[in-house]
Amino acid sequence: MLYAVLCYNNEEMVCGWTKEQDEAVMAALTKAHDTWEKAGKLKPSIRLLPTSAATTLHKQQDLVLDGPYAETKEALLGFYIIDVVNLEEGLAFARDLAQANPGGAYELRPIQLYLPGAPIDGAYATDREYAGDKAPAPKVDAK
Amino acid sequence: MIDQAWIEAALTSSRPQAVAALLRYFRDLDAAEEAYQEACLRALKNWSANGPPRDPTAWLIMVGRNAALDQKRKTSRLTAMPDESQVSDLEDVETPMAERLDDSQYRDDVLRLMFICCHPDLPATQQIPLALRIVSGLSVKQIARAFLVGEAAMEQRITRAKAKVAGAGVPFETPGQVERAERLASVMQMTYLVFNEGYSAGPKDEARADLADEAIRLGRLLLRMFQAEPEVMGLLALMLLQHSRQPARFDVNGDAVLMEDQDRRLWRLKLIQEGLALIDKAMRHRRTGPYLVQAAIAALHARAPRFEDTDWSGIDALYATLECLQPSPVVTLNRAVAVSKTQGPQAALDMIDPLAERLANYFHFHGAKGGLLLQLGRKREARECFDRAIALSGTAAEAAHIRMHIDRLIAESEKRA
Repeated sequence: MLYAVLCYNNEEMVCGWTKEQDEAVMAALTKAHDTWEKAGKLKPSIRLLPTSAATTLHKQQDLVLDGPYAETKEALLGFYIIDVVNLEEGLAFARDLAQANPGGAYELRPIQLYLPGAPIDGAYATDREYAGDKAPAPKVDAK
Repeated sequence: MIDQAWIEAALTSSRPQAVAALLRYFRDLDAAEEAYQEACLRALKNWSANGPPRDPTAWLIMVGRNAALDQKRKTSRLTAMPDESQVSDLEDVETPMAERLDDSQYRDDVLRLMFICCHPDLPATQQIPLALRIVSGLSVKQIARAFLVGEAAMEQRITRAKAKVAGAGVPFETPGQVERAERLASVMQMTYLVFNEGYSAGPKDEARADLADEAIRLGRLLLRMFQAEPEVMGLLALMLLQHSRQPARFDVNGDAVLMEDQDRRLWRLKLIQEGLALIDKAMRHRRTGPYLVQAAIAALHARAPRFEDTDWSGIDALYATLECLQPSPVVTLNRAVAVSKTQGPQAALDMIDPLAERLANYFHFHGAKGGLLLQLGRKREARECFDRAIALSGTAAEAAHIRMHIDRLIAESEKRA
């Protein structure tokens, strides 16, 4: 099973870390990452830039606002990673998606750090029909 | 058990908002600071025992306010308020408090607190220490070390500044739109002054160099409050991009390294990325201001993989825009450097000659003019400019840099002789 693990913390505090504090945390994390990456279980990981660098497209009104998506009624349902020349092109991508799937919002947040991690199993990579024994079956204890 | 370092980081990041809200209650800087100090003492005890509250800032404001009221009640022999050990676990007490402190209230509180520190009645020498003491919460000792003065002298300077702003009577009503914009402009300027104090520090002067990080922290705070203000994005981007070069700006001997000689692999990529992303965001507003233009200039430097790749005509055009927005001989001088790259040293020299009188006492004018004359082979005049620059240099790094040019000139003439 692929999981997305979403990281939350007090942004003011994390942004207030000194370079040394930040590097110490990243070093400790890298150690934890290593074990899981060597086991082939840690896939890409990403550190985002602060929310102050975010821009949000509210789909229904095609309204672009500075800052993160702050509503609490909607839930995070998924995300994309895109490689574009600038924010304008990123917004063009988001508008294209909005045409296909109106309602809600897209928050565009620049990525600060991208670690590719272990390759993702091809069986997960497509939105597929049940693929029999090719798909990794969930392991259930016989008891 | 929670980490001591976590508590300290939480207290630091909560400070501006907490002190600002307490200032609104007490309308007196000293009372607000005392209440905040008391709340911090209680937080150290309470949080390590009971775990951290959900919203540390709201906790500190409430406990600080209660502690001060409690003190008043004690002196007037009234019933005491409930102990804060109950407060931190009671969601129903904490939640409405956090909700009441909605963003706009916070914003005006923090802006007021910062604005008080850069009140027009205060000279810059008092503004920066006051802001560092009140908003950033640096100790008088730390500030004194950054400004190379004694602790007692700095204490006195800050006390005097506080007395002056207390007498100046900054209004506590919610500011109107124009007033808010004016306050923001002063606060941005003060933030950039703090940054430049740190940026101009030599490599051995760590206490002062830390002020650059502090200014960036203030810039982030401002942008969180004014999310859609392109000039605030520009200010933060400018500071991030300038600061990204820090590890490459001095050599092992502590001498300044010119941008053209810097090892760009040392530049801090993380800060550059964030700065570029903020500029990208700000451009969408199609409203340019001096900070954004300066950030865009810094971005063109940051984008060039090698010095030779620098987009000088782009920089020239941006300085031309800056000349319109904020005409000043210093801006023209900077533009001339870009012009010397695109049109040669003579064109640049023609551009700065009319500034000679106004910039007669400006270190960089003589340094730049000397450099241009040198390129034209006018060595005797170049030497005169360099000598003048050395006499005007404000820091050891500045002097050392010019000395290097002079040494090179002397070495050349000796070689010939």
